[in-house]
Amino acid sequence: MAADTLAVSFVVNGRNRTIEVGVHRTLLDVLRDELGLTGSKECCAEGECGACTVLLDGDGINACLMLAVEADGRAVTTIEGLGADGTLSRIQDAFLAAGGVQCGFCIPGMVMSAEALLSRQARATPTEIREALSGNLCRCGGYNQICDAVAAAGSAEGGPAEDRA
Amino acid sequence: MSPADHPPDGRREEVSGGRPRGEVDTPNGRDTTIGSSARRVGGIERVTGAQQYVADLRLDDVLHVTLVHLNSARARIGEIDAAEASRVPGVLAIVTADDLPQPVARFGPGYRDRPLLATAETKYHGEPVAAVLAETLDAAREAARLVSVAHEELPAVLSIAAARDERSPLVRDPELRGADDPFRGTNTLTEWQFGWGDVGAATADHVIQQRYTAASTTHFAIEPHGFLAAPDRGGVAVWSSIQHPYVLQRLIADTVGLPLARVRVFAPDPGGGFGGKQHAKYEPLLAVLALKIGRPVRLVLTLEETFQAVRSPTFEIGIRSGFMSDGSIAFQDIDIDGLLGAYADIGHRVVSKSSYLACGPYRVPDARIKVRALLSHTPPATALRGFGSPQMAWAFESQMDEAARLLGLDRLEIRLRNLAGRGEEIVRGAGDTPADGDWAESVRRAADWIGWGDPLPDGHGRGIAVGIKSSATTGASYAIVRLLHDGSATVLAGTSDMGQGARTVLAQIAGHELGIPIERVAVVMGDTAAAPYDMQTSASRSTVFMGTAVLNACREIAEKLREMASETYGVATDDVTITAGVVRMPGREVDAVELIADAFGPMLGEVIGTGSRRGDHIAEHPLGGHAAFYEFSCTASEVAVDRETGEVELLRHVTVSDVGKALNPAHVAMQDEGAAVMGLGQTLMEQLIFDETTGRIQNLGALDYRIPTTKDLPLEMASLVVENEDGPGPYGAKGTGESGLLSTAPAVASAVHDAVGVVVRDLPLTPERIWRALRELG
Repeated sequence: MAADTLAVSFVVNGRNRTIEVGVHRTLLDVLRDELGLTGSKECCAEGECGACTVLLDGDGINACLMLAVEADGRAVTTIEGLGADGTLSRIQDAFLAAGGVQCGFCIPGMVMSAEALLSRQARATPTEIREALSGNLCRCGGYNQICDAVAAAGSAEGGPAEDRA
Repeated sequence: MSPADHPPDGRREEVSGGRPRGEVDTPNGRDTTIGSSARRVGGIERVTGAQQYVADLRLDDVLHVTLVHLNSARARIGEIDAAEASRVPGVLAIVTADDLPQPVARFGPGYRDRPLLATAETKYHGEPVAAVLAETLDAAREAARLVSVAHEELPAVLSIAAARDERSPLVRDPELRGADDPFRGTNTLTEWQFGWGDVGAATADHVIQQRYTAASTTHFAIEPHGFLAAPDRGGVAVWSSIQHPYVLQRLIADTVGLPLARVRVFAPDPGGGFGGKQHAKYEPLLAVLALKIGRPVRLVLTLEETFQAVRSPTFEIGIRSGFMSDGSIAFQDIDIDGLLGAYADIGHRVVSKSSYLACGPYRVPDARIKVRALLSHTPPATALRGFGSPQMAWAFESQMDEAARLLGLDRLEIRLRNLAGRGEEIVRGAGDTPADGDWAESVRRAADWIGWGDPLPDGHGRGIAVGIKSSATTGASYAIVRLLHDGSATVLAGTSDMGQGARTVLAQIAGHELGIPIERVAVVMGDTAAAPYDMQTSASRSTVFMGTAVLNACREIAEKLREMASETYGVATDDVTITAGVVRMPGREVDAVELIADAFGPMLGEVIGTGSRRGDHIAEHPLGGHAAFYEFSCTASEVAVDRETGEVELLRHVTVSDVGKALNPAHVAMQDEGAAVMGLGQTLMEQLIFDETTGRIQNLGALDYRIPTTKDLPLEMASLVVENEDGPGPYGAKGTGESGLLSTAPAVASAVHDAVGVVVRDLPLTPERIWRALRELG
């Protein structure tokens, strides 16, 4: 089977990459199988669970729903691209501190959705946080610690945001 | 612990007000302290994406495996034509049952009934008839589509009614049953009868008879099941997201005819288990393929294939309850059908073990419990968090509400009136573990939190319910602790950390005993060649069983240190005491590192302790052993019901679990809340729907099978614990992890009735069911 391939050039975690990929391969396949970035997880493969969430030019997307070739010319950030010099990002640290991590399989996607939220809105209300994470499934926990972590990370710059009645 | 720092009502301030905030509590700078919320061991790897699950592992030269299924519940397999499929570039082999050693090996934890690949006929939608091995996953998938399987559709058994109908076809091949199997000509796998007293002679002022059903649900661990196998130095290595690596090791050894020492199972921390990853699914097939082909093989299931691999049994529970006018239970007469799939897996045990406690945590003078495990042409049912106990609570707690309504009693009051007190038998006459907690305390705390009896607006209601689960009835956990010469320690334990936090709590126990911070403890798990035997990770056992083994290993180290101090410093052993790594003797105090240096000198060395905790099999006991402890919990819920749509809005929800001692309160809260949310999913939205012709799961996948998201949570939620240090585990701990969902469904259903006056006896409580019940009410 000679699969059709195309070259794709994109920035992955700050690094320019040009690779030849099968045209039918998803961004998630390529990140995991070609680039060895296995932090993004595959569960449902149909955009429902959020375990594969990455940032595309800063927006949270399901990497399982995008063909790799569609990422040509774009900037992709995965969980491996957060933090710097071995330190955790504020959100990663907040997840640990709030105790939101159990089996951990959903966590990379959760963290990336939280990064997307807080990058466009530094202080999110509890309702906004629930909305922003509603596409990320967790089966171990009750979501509350995770939402608390995002609230804590968001409010680190100011007072806690509150829902307006 | 003195009463001063531990109030007798078990209240812990950081927990009783709601969820713990998760700060790291580090008294004396040591986060190993028992009762502190130490951060999760492995947490950094999990927030950075560095944690490797099975699907993240790469083996050189690996072959990808894809399974071939038929679109039918049951079919006679004819000619399998793989010619076209085998021409797909990169395809190495297409293996059917005929290509395997004959007779095809069968396996299963209780009944060896499941073949490696379907032979003669498929017995459920999703059962594989062939395996394709190819150099790439794309090639394997394409070839799997091209394998042509001639087959003849056969009538299938898909429901409890069909399974009980004697005219139905047989699911289980009669030759797999013994000649003396009384159920040989039926679809009953087996049945049990439990009970005490004489229900036939019992009298009651009121008798309530009802039937309750609970749909089959699926685990939906976010990590789909993954497996690898490879030839390994004259043996075989298998990687699996498995909860019971040692059970798997034994199975692989039996399947391929190797000694245990030549079978190495790697069990990377599973991405959620919930019972679905207890027992082998495709690992034996992969081990056979790896040895046959002589290369590593890899199979990662899709979520859809995972749904077809693991689910809970469907339950139908008929219950006839006698009550006296004062609300006390006179008798329970219970008839239970548990519908399993085509192969037993551990489903029969789910049905029997939960049914054994079908009368709940109550004082019941006379009881008769008749139980059938039935077979059907559906995916094999297996353990799912709670192991059937939530379904039992659904029935016995709904009956308590029926009785309260009939007798004009308060729903809280009738429960308190019947609840067994500490030390009272709940199952009578079998010498079973009596009530092992102050259970009424949990109920009162839940009632307090929810504001039981306070006025509510129209359309709002409250419910309360209790649940109980028998924990491990048998077990065997071994641990090795190595105190290294720099004073750090390695714990070798065969438990699987699937998110419950076993690594953390075992590190806390070792750190606490040895007097070292958690950062200086490494916990090695997930390799049968490294860690000693652990029977299994299930039934909320690990803190009690493996925790005790680790504790005992640390105490053996302390004994060895005392002897070393005696020899090294010339003092009597009796004069040496060791507390948390500090060695005290007359006129001298050293820490363990100094003692090790003085004792071993420049050659260095280490001090090794071993420990175990067993619960041995009792042949004459119906379950094979007494519960090591009970998981008891109380749930209270407040809801609002939309009369127009039947939708339930969750306003407030609390679980109170009797945990003995929360070794890590944040972990306990995470487990409890996670269980509660899973329970809410099972109560309100989750059910597998089987196509009545093909047996296919109609809601196969995440799009159609919904589990709770952040937007389905109660507006306010709390997880409280009762800590009376009365458990059999370290420091008085009992297990937890399942308790939060044991009584979710009856509590919510009770609240729904309180809100709008309808009774629904079938789970889940979908808006449609509630809406229909409202219409009938008029």
